[in-house]
Amino acid sequence: MSMGSETIAPAVAQSEGVAAGHDSGPRVFHDAVPRVFHDAADPRRANRALTDLSLGFRRWRLAAALAWLDIRNRYRGSVLGPFWLTLSTGLMLAGLGILYSALLHQTLRSYLPFLSVSLIVWNMISQIVTDATTSLISAEGMIRQLPLPYTTHALRCVFRNVITAAHNLPLIVVVLAVTGAFPGPGVVLAVVGLAVLGINAFAAALLLGMLCARFRDLGQIVNSVMQLAFFMTPILWQPSSLGRRAWLLLFDPFYSVMQIVRGPLLGTGASTLVWVSALTFTVLMCGVTYGFFVRFRGRIAFWV
Amino acid sequence: MAHILAEGLDIEFPLYHVGARSLKKRLLSRTGLRLRTDQSNRVVVSALRGLSFHIERGERVALVGHNGAGKTTLLRTLAGIYEPVAGRLEVDGQIGSLIDPSAGIDMDSTGRENIQLRCLFRGLSAAESQEKVEEIGAFSGLGTFLDVPIRTYSAGMSVRLSFAIATMIEPQILLMDEWLAAGDADFQKQAQGRLEQLVTDADILVLATHSMDTARTWCSRAIRLESGRIVADGPVEDVVGKAEEPAAQAIKAA
Repeated sequence: MSMGSETIAPAVAQSEGVAAGHDSGPRVFHDAVPRVFHDAADPRRANRALTDLSLGFRRWRLAAALAWLDIRNRYRGSVLGPFWLTLSTGLMLAGLGILYSALLHQTLRSYLPFLSVSLIVWNMISQIVTDATTSLISAEGMIRQLPLPYTTHALRCVFRNVITAAHNLPLIVVVLAVTGAFPGPGVVLAVVGLAVLGINAFAAALLLGMLCARFRDLGQIVNSVMQLAFFMTPILWQPSSLGRRAWLLLFDPFYSVMQIVRGPLLGTGASTLVWVSALTFTVLMCGVTYGFFVRFRGRIAFWV
Repeated sequence: MAHILAEGLDIEFPLYHVGARSLKKRLLSRTGLRLRTDQSNRVVVSALRGLSFHIERGERVALVGHNGAGKTTLLRTLAGIYEPVAGRLEVDGQIGSLIDPSAGIDMDSTGRENIQLRCLFRGLSAAESQEKVEEIGAFSGLGTFLDVPIRTYSAGMSVRLSFAIATMIEPQILLMDEWLAAGDADFQKQAQGRLEQLVTDADILVLATHSMDTARTWCSRAIRLESGRIVADGPVEDVVGKAEEPAAQAIKAA
């Protein structure tokens, strides 16, 4: 039996020597969480949350690689791959454009740009929100095995939707070119609008990801809300159709966030009030997300 | 200086997604699980209760105990995955975990892509990653299969790859759930050498195992967990008992 201790003794001695050697030279090793320190009496949650965020953003390449794999694996073996999205969106625009321009007594040429931009931007928002509900649940295996920042999982969800959107957004250019509805120089604001949308997308991926991991019914509720929002938000119809009550739309965050992208693309721009509404909503969204993240970050591993 | 310090560490799993009452009935009859209801009337499982220990540099610690005693939970807590609800935990040193060697492997990617992905997980730069791809690729001995999706690998081949990827770390603190064994006879010898190197290079080893022989061979100290509590902590011989002759011979033979 003495063999046990015989094996240990040299092993330990050797490790001391090797370890000393290692300390002098740099190690090619960086783990996600190199050091662990927890004190339940003094949890320093804000500190941890900020570390998580900064580490996750610095490692954006990981999130991007995972998002790319998600898309690639989803369309594995398919001939058109993600371009099926482009095709199906194109077909939907053609079909709905012809139908609704007739229903709303507008010419296809004047209605199609509005419909295309609206639908594509809306689809982007709707897909992000739906995907956000499973951003953490779908990463369960990783969360329980690898100490990664949670930010990585939320960013992965955002990047996944950016890739998807990149297959649809060019259709807008095609439609605008075909119908000759060029938006003018104000179009650069659409980039700002997309950036604001991106910030909201990240906040949603983190907040809804957490909430839906804890309350499993919430995902279903969010899906129903998105369906309702599609009809309540001026996507197929013009905001002006509401007449005097159009101001109510300022309280529809889907409208304002969509409008700051859509307006500049259509050349009509978005009113100052819409920008204020969108930015206010963004600040609220980020604030609530940050509060939740700070308070409940430590519980996520137990929820998924 | 690498060390691990735990003081009164508690980990609790709230049970959210199950009918609490029926579950309570079902689980209370089993041993090993510790159920109680907390202030907000949720059923929680106390996975670890009031653990206090100090592991210093150079120590090799075996975690032993029955299934459900809390070994893996403790490893995950040390890795920073679970945050304790009470107590203090300090893990100083770069952590490498071999809790689940196949975690984060993408079946649809090639071996090479998986190595690159794992390098990203560890935050390596592109240059470091390139170096690792060559190194791991060579070690796994997969040759041209490195450029084929893992989905098409035989069981043995994927074990070789995940072993090679998982052991590319050079941690100060090595957390391991069961001693890894990999592949066919040829590879096993190679793998054993790699693992021994990894263990001896690490400043601290924490190894959860059911094999008392493994514990005796590799560890100087053992902590026995029972129902989430430490019931014994001391020199490995004292905690896991002495090896019986046939078992000892078996190790020698291996």
